[in-house]
Amino acid sequence: MAITPPSERNWWKLPIARVELTWIIIAFVWGLFMFFMMIYWHGAGEQNLSNEAYKIKPEQFAAKTQAMIEAHTVRQESGFPVVRPPAGSDVYLTGRLFNWWPILELEKDQSYRLHLSSVDVQHGFSLQPININLQVHPGYEMVVTVKPDQAGEYGIVCNEFCGIGHHLMVGKLYVVE
Amino acid sequence: MSTNTEFRTCPTTGLKVDLAAEKLIKANAVAAVIFLAIGGLFGLLVALTRWPEVHLLPADWFYLALTAHGLDVLLVWIIFFEMAVLYFASAILLNSRIAGPRWAWTGFGLMLVGALLTNVVVLQGGSSVMFTSYVPLKAEPGFYLGIILFAVGALIGCAVFFGTLVVARRERTYKGSIPLVTFGALTAAIIAVFTIASGAIILIPTLLWSVGLVSNIDPLLYKTIWWAMGHSSQQINVSAHVAIWYAIAAITFGARPLSEKVSRTAFLMYILFLQLASAHHMLAEPGFSSEWKIFNTSYAMYLAVLGSMVHGMTVPGSIEAAQRSRGLNKGMFEWLRKAPWGNPAFAGMFMSLVFFGFIGGISGVVMGTEQINLIMHNTLYVPGHFHGTVVAGTTLAFMAITYYLVPLVFRRELRFMKLARLQPYLFGIGAAGISVFMMGAGTLGVSRRHWDMQFADAILPFDYPSAAFLMMGLNGMFAVLAAVGGVAFIVVVVASVFFGRKLGVDEKPSYPEVPPQAAVVAEHGSADSLKIPGTTMLVAIFFIAFVLYYFVNWKYLSEVWPLS
Repeated sequence: MAITPPSERNWWKLPIARVELTWIIIAFVWGLFMFFMMIYWHGAGEQNLSNEAYKIKPEQFAAKTQAMIEAHTVRQESGFPVVRPPAGSDVYLTGRLFNWWPILELEKDQSYRLHLSSVDVQHGFSLQPININLQVHPGYEMVVTVKPDQAGEYGIVCNEFCGIGHHLMVGKLYVVE
Repeated sequence: MSTNTEFRTCPTTGLKVDLAAEKLIKANAVAAVIFLAIGGLFGLLVALTRWPEVHLLPADWFYLALTAHGLDVLLVWIIFFEMAVLYFASAILLNSRIAGPRWAWTGFGLMLVGALLTNVVVLQGGSSVMFTSYVPLKAEPGFYLGIILFAVGALIGCAVFFGTLVVARRERTYKGSIPLVTFGALTAAIIAVFTIASGAIILIPTLLWSVGLVSNIDPLLYKTIWWAMGHSSQQINVSAHVAIWYAIAAITFGARPLSEKVSRTAFLMYILFLQLASAHHMLAEPGFSSEWKIFNTSYAMYLAVLGSMVHGMTVPGSIEAAQRSRGLNKGMFEWLRKAPWGNPAFAGMFMSLVFFGFIGGISGVVMGTEQINLIMHNTLYVPGHFHGTVVAGTTLAFMAITYYLVPLVFRRELRFMKLARLQPYLFGIGAAGISVFMMGAGTLGVSRRHWDMQFADAILPFDYPSAAFLMMGLNGMFAVLAAVGGVAFIVVVVASVFFGRKLGVDEKPSYPEVPPQAAVVAEHGSADSLKIPGTTMLVAIFFIAFVLYYFVNWKYLSEVWPLS
């Protein structure tokens, strides 16, 4: 029994039943498959993170965001600048207590280098309803190349607890034809 | 020192029981259950707040309750109970005296003081930083200090466990190798040492930072090391509850492991690879290479997952072999149909096995896939997954073994047996429902740790799909069901431990019945004659579900925006 010492002193030498061995082999091969699937997707799949990231001071990132806002704001909405940077450019989104700043307007089927960082605590970038989720750290600038393939209005929920106003932190992003 | 150790002989099992060890098991189990009650209550408040139609607590209380819930159940309940399991698996199962009972009591005291301190600090309201306390969110110093004290206490408990193994070996209290259950507990204790060391490495500087002695803690560094504690501590649970599955199978059926070699190697896989799991929390973070993520998140090519998949066959397989040797040989599933479903220990254990594998296990591997994590990170899918592992898996297994601990260790007859028979179903189905519906809501994008999914007061509006609201309503209902099961557990345990009939010194309790055929079973299960078609079928169903679900999620991933 499992609660008593093994009855055979030489348990290490006893053979393994075929059904058990078969399952071990299947499970092991499945594990290998899942392992290589991640590597395969880096080549064949379209959804991979770049791993491009830089250390940055919060005020530097805020300044970069501000420069983009000043150059490309097209209108205001509920007190937020709506920014339409040129297709293919670097776009900046700042997470801060308790909003995502600014509202970005991107063109469908164009690539953008999206820079994400926080100027205070950690936030969670959760683009809805498409459901893309990235962690946003203060002091680190993450760069992801995104290519929106559906036009529409998207919400950016904060999905990392950031303080008492966490549930107020909703941003917006437009994708236009 | 060994001269003044007092023993009794257990009339059911014939084991020699060190009375000092028995007292320690009782104290740790009682403390565990008290914190389960507190943490469970906070959990119910959280679920009722996230039920959109109920939305019980105001925002500040919600974040406070969620912090306390995580802390009390994920850390305090489970580690206290694991201390009881460690002392049971060492001193009792090895017929040995416990090494350094005074040290064990010191550890217990530190854990208790630490847990109370952190709870008080959280309830004061200035430390609603969630269980994870990601810097630069700052809690009061007492929050970190309490956790550190608790961890030091647990470390002492592990040392007592290791010491007891040494004492038992030196005093030759058992013959041959340690039992499989003790081996599983040893696995848990080794992982616990790694876990607690990681916790100390990150929480001590964080404590200094919170009192102003350290100016800055890097948030990525914090998260990486914190999760070397946070996730590894869940691997302690896995090792402990798998050991409990084997123990309940042995006590209930006289089941013998199909192969000691296979089961022990599977535990060894945990020791070697489970600590890599910190990476599961870093897949959507800046600053890590894909090579690092892939190797670590897969526990080096899924070798620890392999360990769990092996236990997933060997545990029910050993039960099937035992039942068949007893003549329950008809068809594929007579052994399972005629299993003692009215025995709460067995019912809880078997549901724990199924839910842990199907719900917690599969979802964990899928979510831990480097790219698929993108569509799940920090959504409710995450708590959905770990309620499948820690609640429907670990907690249900711990509850199940408690039904054996009360008569065998506390020496009290169980009270409210009818309620006890029902309890695993209430709690198990409730917990499984919580997991599934949170995972459903997460798939629809709903954020975890979030007070208001309607965003009523946000400047910019956003609406989750209406199906997400339905999921959260169902989650609330199943949380109520789980809470009813939790209350039933506490009622049965408290009533039995304090008001149950005391068993005489040599009296065998009427429950649990240890099967008389144990001797016959022990001869069964050798490699040549092993026939476990029912288990093979269950494992095949599991595998097909796993593969299908895995590819469905790649399909979901392929539909989101191209990212590179």
